[in-house]
Amino acid sequence: MEIKFILNGKQVTASVNADTVLLNLVRDKGCYSVKCGCESTNCGLCTVLVDGKPHLSCALLAARVDGREVTTLEGLQAEAEEFGEFLAREGAEQCGYCSPGFIMNVLAMAKELDNPTTEEIKEYLEGNLCRCTGYMGQLRAIQKYLKTKKGARE
Amino acid sequence: MKVVNQAIPKVDSKALVTGKPVYTDDIAPKDCLVVKVLRSPHAHALIKNIKTDTAMKVPGIECILTYEDCPDRRFTMAGQTYPEPSPYDRLILDKRVRFVGDAVAVIAGENEAAVLKAMKLIKVEYEVLEPLLDFRKAKDNEILVHPEDNWESLCPVGADNKRNLCASGVEGEGDVDKVLSECEYVIEETYHTKANQQAMMETFRTYTYMDAYGRLNIVSSTQVTFHVRRILATALDIPKSKVRVIKPRIGGGFGAKQTVVAEVYPALVTMKTGKAAKIIYTREESMIASSPRHEMELKVRLGADKDGIIKAIDVYTLSNTGAFGEHGPTTVGLSGHKSIPLYGRLEAFKFAYDVVYTNVMSAGAYRGYGATQGIFAVESAVNELAAKMGVDPVALREKNMVREGQIMPAYYGETAASCGLDRCMARAKEMMNWDEKYPVRDMGNGKVRSVGVAMAMQGSGISAVDTGAVEIKVNDDGFYSLLIGASDMGTGCDTILAQMAADCLDCSMDNIVVSGVDTDVSPYDCGSYASSTTYITGMAVVKTCELLKEKIMAKGAEYMDCPKEEVEFDGTKVFHLSSGKEITLKDIGNNVMCNNEEILSASAAHSSPVSPPPFMVGMAEVEVDKETGKVELLDYAAVVDCGTVINPALARIQTEGGLAQGIGMALYEDVVYDSAGRNFSNSFMQYKIPSRMDVGTIRVEFESSYEPTGPFGAKSIGEIVINTPAPAIAHAVARATGVQVRELPITAEKVYWGMNK
Repeated sequence: MEIKFILNGKQVTASVNADTVLLNLVRDKGCYSVKCGCESTNCGLCTVLVDGKPHLSCALLAARVDGREVTTLEGLQAEAEEFGEFLAREGAEQCGYCSPGFIMNVLAMAKELDNPTTEEIKEYLEGNLCRCTGYMGQLRAIQKYLKTKKGARE
Repeated sequence: MKVVNQAIPKVDSKALVTGKPVYTDDIAPKDCLVVKVLRSPHAHALIKNIKTDTAMKVPGIECILTYEDCPDRRFTMAGQTYPEPSPYDRLILDKRVRFVGDAVAVIAGENEAAVLKAMKLIKVEYEVLEPLLDFRKAKDNEILVHPEDNWESLCPVGADNKRNLCASGVEGEGDVDKVLSECEYVIEETYHTKANQQAMMETFRTYTYMDAYGRLNIVSSTQVTFHVRRILATALDIPKSKVRVIKPRIGGGFGAKQTVVAEVYPALVTMKTGKAAKIIYTREESMIASSPRHEMELKVRLGADKDGIIKAIDVYTLSNTGAFGEHGPTTVGLSGHKSIPLYGRLEAFKFAYDVVYTNVMSAGAYRGYGATQGIFAVESAVNELAAKMGVDPVALREKNMVREGQIMPAYYGETAASCGLDRCMARAKEMMNWDEKYPVRDMGNGKVRSVGVAMAMQGSGISAVDTGAVEIKVNDDGFYSLLIGASDMGTGCDTILAQMAADCLDCSMDNIVVSGVDTDVSPYDCGSYASSTTYITGMAVVKTCELLKEKIMAKGAEYMDCPKEEVEFDGTKVFHLSSGKEITLKDIGNNVMCNNEEILSASAAHSSPVSPPPFMVGMAEVEVDKETGKVELLDYAAVVDCGTVINPALARIQTEGGLAQGIGMALYEDVVYDSAGRNFSNSFMQYKIPSRMDVGTIRVEFESSYEPTGPFGAKSIGEIVINTPAPAIAHAVARATGVQVRELPITAEKVYWGMNK
């Protein structure tokens, strides 16, 4: 079937099978930031935004995004770089493989939650696994990023 | 030190955080064949017949390869220096399958759907054999995992395939039995650690193609780029000159990718078809047919006199290498060599081991590499000794721990030339507020809190084996290229090696470009494992910079027409003090590109006769629910002596990450088989690695010693960090509940039934 959707701000059409998942479609469209880590919706590496809300693209049929707006990290380069600097200063991207999906969710969280507590941050990001860092460095980066963003707003 | 000891962001960080296509699957040719492996449903069987004709008719299928298409030449997938201690016990595809998930056939086609369809249409007739699943019964069992005559062990490691032995040995000093018989307190217990998955986020993956020179090119997510070249040439029975291996960015390894798990399959397809091919392991494949930690059972005897001086340690390790012997003979060694020497007042020690074959997936290298298992056992035994004696386990360790300057008889007789273990303990005690928290605290809601402690050591590279080299070239405008043969697997060696070079060459990081591994271009490095890169390859950087500075000064002197003995180099220019002449590095770099007969480049290799141990102390605070046995880790404090810290941010992340993996090993992770050898732990649904809700708070500090043989005084950091959580958490749980869990992981069930015996 043919579907039309907006990918990172651009209208695209794609011919997909009924069982094509969004993860494979966006990678076919050149959005290589979107990674597959588990195939069982446990790891969060394939997180993309659909109409601004985070979704696991490995568990979303491509047909479902017909007429909707999909954003991957390729569409959020400035924001990724801004938060990424905080992450890199902690060394907390390490292998970097989980970073795109994680950053997608951090950016969604920063929009959705106002002044989140440490517990709220951990809960929001619980579905983003990372095997390298032990999560502490990610938390330090998030808290410094949120503090800087808040400082800039005030 | 201007750049060393600074928290410099990784040189590749911007690409990683913006999601650039830098990993194997991102850069694989779009039209390459998709390769998949048909896997055995039986733990032990002989293939009688494989019928592929129907499957071959599926549109888009390029080839289906079976054992008949593979060389009958055994090899090992272990990424180790030749001659490998791991036995040559594998074929790419074998007539005998040895675990559920073992490779039966390789299918290649134009797309995944066609390959999966064809896989279902292959008809395999098996003669099902009785599997050998209990590693305690493997030695001298009548079922042989490797009865074949062309099985070969290249090194004297006590291997014998007719006894299911991958390795066997005994060593020691003094009369352990006699010393133990004279001890006031003796602990004799058995500890059991399980197979654990490295669970790096990027699964195993490789693509291959033939180049214009008729050579097999292999692009792979590997820690051992040069070993891949040798292993693949051996497995495919082709000259090494016909193989080139390239390592792109890697999405984590932790030892998993020190075994050549997936490379042979697309390589075989490309050799047969001439076409580009790629394999991407599913998470399930990465869980059932990979290279997890060796399951070990360790019997420990440990004795102390009435004053609490630990006089003797006896360790017997039984290690389960599974269907193949990758890293079997070497991991087991660390279970004794990196646990017993933590104690510096021994009068006798003994360490014996057997490594056995069974019909489960092959084990491999996982961070800690046997030390983790040995330290769980010995540190638990020391905690049990403290409990038996009724003394503070911190005080007991302060009395017995190895100190700087001591000879370590159980560690190849090496001297602890740098050892801050005592300072690590003192600082950890402060961080955890040990004296206040050591008593068990009843929280009044059915929950109790307590703390536990463990020490650890590791090595820094494999002494007199590991070899690392780099090359540094001066280019136009005087920028440097640093060519690295060690594989940055995300841990940051491309960055820290550049930091060292920047300090040695008195320049900024911006003046150095690094390039990762290509066996055609990079200088030889055995690879990134055994905690070797900072220590071994780092020293190669220091040596190379010394050579290069000499060459830069000689060139500068030549251009200035001065005697080279009289010039100096400050990083930006070569100058001659007495005449006032000077020439910039930029001009030298540009000048050597015209009318020049001497290349401005240097390269040096390094190896070390010693493997200086980093040391560490970890302390855990847990809360246990006495109704259910559930253990919650609240806080983990760790202090590391890794010598000089080259990059504090990266070293901290390594430590926090290794601790989290150790916490997973202690509390959650287990590879579980059913009675037929089927692996239940085949996804992240079943095999639970810690999420950010499961690790409590992890706090890390450094207490650096100065290692005289290391670059800038550095030792290793990569592996030691996984070793303390299991014994420290087990200790805290034992304090809280009276239940010493001696078989990992420490689940609520084990604690509950321990309390309700």
